[in-house]
Amino acid sequence: MKPRFLTGLLSLLMPAMVLAGEYDLTVDRVKIDTGDFVKEGIGYNGASPGPVMRFKEGETVKINVTNNLDEMTSIHWHGLILPFNQDGVPGISFPGIKPGETFTYEFPIQQAGTYWFHSHSGFQEPDGAYGAIVIEPEGREPFRYDREFVVQLTDKHPHSGDRIMRNLKMMPDYYNREQQTVGEFFSDASKNGLMNTVRDRMAWGDMRMMKADVEDLQGFTGLINGKGPDQNWTGLFEPGERIRLRFINSSAMTYFDIRIPGLDMTVVQADGNNVQPVNVDEFRIGVAETYDVIVHPKDEQAYTIFAESMGRSGYARATLAPEEGMEAAVPQLRDPARLTMADMSGMPGMDHGSMAGMDHGGMDMGSSEDMSGMDHSSMEGMDHSNMDSMDHSNMEGMDHGSMTMGKEDKSDPFYAKGSGLMPKAANGGKFLSYADLKAQDPLYEDREPTREIELRLTGNMERYTWSINGVKYEDADPIRLKYGERVRFKFVNETMMTHPMHLHGMWSILDVGAGQWNPIKHTVSVNPGTTVYMETEVDAPGQWAFHCHLSYHAAAGMFRKVIVEGGPDSTQAKTDAIAEDGGEV
Amino acid sequence: MSCIRSLVAVSLIASVGFSTAVTAQEMISDTTARKQPLTTWGVQFEEFEYRYSDDDEELGVWNADAFYGTDDFKVRLLTTGEYEIEEQAYETLENQLVGQIPISKFFDAKAGVRFDTPEGPDRTYAVLGVAGLAPQWFEVDANLYVSDEGETSAELDAEYELLLTNYWILAATLDATVAFSEDREIGVGKGLVSTEAGLRLRYDLVDRAFSPYVGVVHEQKYGDTADFAETGGGSTEDWFAVIGARIAF
Repeated sequence: MKPRFLTGLLSLLMPAMVLAGEYDLTVDRVKIDTGDFVKEGIGYNGASPGPVMRFKEGETVKINVTNNLDEMTSIHWHGLILPFNQDGVPGISFPGIKPGETFTYEFPIQQAGTYWFHSHSGFQEPDGAYGAIVIEPEGREPFRYDREFVVQLTDKHPHSGDRIMRNLKMMPDYYNREQQTVGEFFSDASKNGLMNTVRDRMAWGDMRMMKADVEDLQGFTGLINGKGPDQNWTGLFEPGERIRLRFINSSAMTYFDIRIPGLDMTVVQADGNNVQPVNVDEFRIGVAETYDVIVHPKDEQAYTIFAESMGRSGYARATLAPEEGMEAAVPQLRDPARLTMADMSGMPGMDHGSMAGMDHGGMDMGSSEDMSGMDHSSMEGMDHSNMDSMDHSNMEGMDHGSMTMGKEDKSDPFYAKGSGLMPKAANGGKFLSYADLKAQDPLYEDREPTREIELRLTGNMERYTWSINGVKYEDADPIRLKYGERVRFKFVNETMMTHPMHLHGMWSILDVGAGQWNPIKHTVSVNPGTTVYMETEVDAPGQWAFHCHLSYHAAAGMFRKVIVEGGPDSTQAKTDAIAEDGGEV
Repeated sequence: MSCIRSLVAVSLIASVGFSTAVTAQEMISDTTARKQPLTTWGVQFEEFEYRYSDDDEELGVWNADAFYGTDDFKVRLLTTGEYEIEEQAYETLENQLVGQIPISKFFDAKAGVRFDTPEGPDRTYAVLGVAGLAPQWFEVDANLYVSDEGETSAELDAEYELLLTNYWILAATLDATVAFSEDREIGVGKGLVSTEAGLRLRYDLVDRAFSPYVGVVHEQKYGDTADFAETGGGSTEDWFAVIGARIAF
């Protein structure tokens, strides 16, 4: 009753307190010029990316969105905590915005930080319908900077989203040009021996899985703030300034490894929430994530912001410089990433006996120097027959022990041990891990979760089907949560791809093992062959989307509707009615 | 701190008119395309080529399929033809219309009809087949046919692609046909009927949509089928040089 009393009291004061900002956005067909190609796409206020929306914590915003397309559209405010009918997901939050119609979003801004917005209709987002959101906090920030830039990344592809989806359905490797070739066979054979290489290829061929299956969509041009590498977006600074860079990954499909050679980066925010500062040389940004970093260039020189795709098929590049036109060297792309058997370890129904054997083959192939000192004889002496009965966690533990070989363990616990995707800083320095992320000021009290929900991330690359617990969205019942509970989600990645899982409307408290200091995020990346836990305080009534943020995985079925039952007042009555109808039809 | 923040949030929501009663009434069910099975389509000419034989025979040949459907059910049209350029006549012309459903992780089952309308008598067959990806990356397509004359036969196609580079691809194909009974009218003897083996080197010029190639094809007839061909003055073994393109859209 106390909250209600306070609510009443505050609402009397409200008219004086509420700051109302009104904004207009039009959704338009636009030309997108990447420097490599020009294509038609979708943008906001006549451009892609759209404008940077600057809000203030505590204000109520009113945003008039006018649809100038000849198809339905929508805008989802990615990471914003708001009433569910303002969340902008057609079919879940609202019906969508018809051609020619203006829809007015109106919601209070209850948070601060870096976020973004994008269409949630069809493939409009990969086609260019995205923009940045910057929310100024009410209070003081726990870090200092003199200047700030939004650094918004995307993977702009010459093909339209619809065409990409159709091509992937027709030939799942349509865009993969980093596959293993005859040349790679011979170079592996000379490095690891002919028989080892043959065994390795046979092991992968037996599974019909490709080591090169890291990026479904290649052939893109990486853009930063809408500029391709040759167009070189440049942010100007005065030497000695502290610069806050608000990195946003608005890609359809691409994870980027970001570094600024010559500058240390201090990560101060992840997904809009302040974290305890971490100094890094490089970090990986999953699709839909944001990271705010502070850099402190002291010299009168240019610095390259280099964002290499995780699979190394492409990159985005921008420059920080004291003067327009100055530029620094652009690094070379590193070798294409290759999955290892460790990345396959989440796959069900695999023969563990043969897997153990294969695993060694896979490790032999690894280019990582960590493995060069591996004692093969002792590995072969391992009792494979026992492995059948062993669970994966034990097995990984074992591989891990034998692989690190006494060297300093730089491996990231959020990757399968021996994973081919294990990030490494180009300069040998510090690479950010989820394990480094600790909340600066926890939003929620730490408490025991009320229950656990297991979500297996599943799929079939050859058919290009993606699903959760083996069920595509079209066949799935909604996930029902109860208002007020704290749910622990267990993601088990049974595929060989990385999935950035995004729960709308409520925070994802990522379990990094830091208890009450676990960071809160809106997008949680789950690497192949790993299990990741996150907890959610179910504090937002209504219905919400919950999906993999890779555009073509979500469209292929890795998507769920979440219904939060109960909650304040009459929401209860309505959700009961829905339940009686058997939920969604 | 967190407590205060949530109170402010609650009061904000309440005070600016987002009463939960209103929002609750707008809970809708998802009828968007996302909730429907994804329908897709594709057209592929695996072979679209000119063949020149060691007997100076010239052929125009295609081997194509088009599909439309969802993950759970597709309709597929397969068409294969060999056209003798000099005689201006089809040596073979096969059209299949099949429905296709997934039966395992990597394989689909197919059922439908096949119409053969080459020179000579037409044949209609019932088709039952499986197609998919076998271990070690062999694309296989195995079919059982029963003709309107009651004759049964089987065909196995296999393809393997060797990536010389990510753009230069060497494709090896093997098709073999076996008849379980004789169909004299169309020159088919019992047993192994014929094989066609091909080796094509292609270059992916435009994505995977247009890939010109050159190659060699070997055709061989066996047993009674070979005898029938010889009696009819035809050849039992042919080597072809081929030039063409793989097309997908």
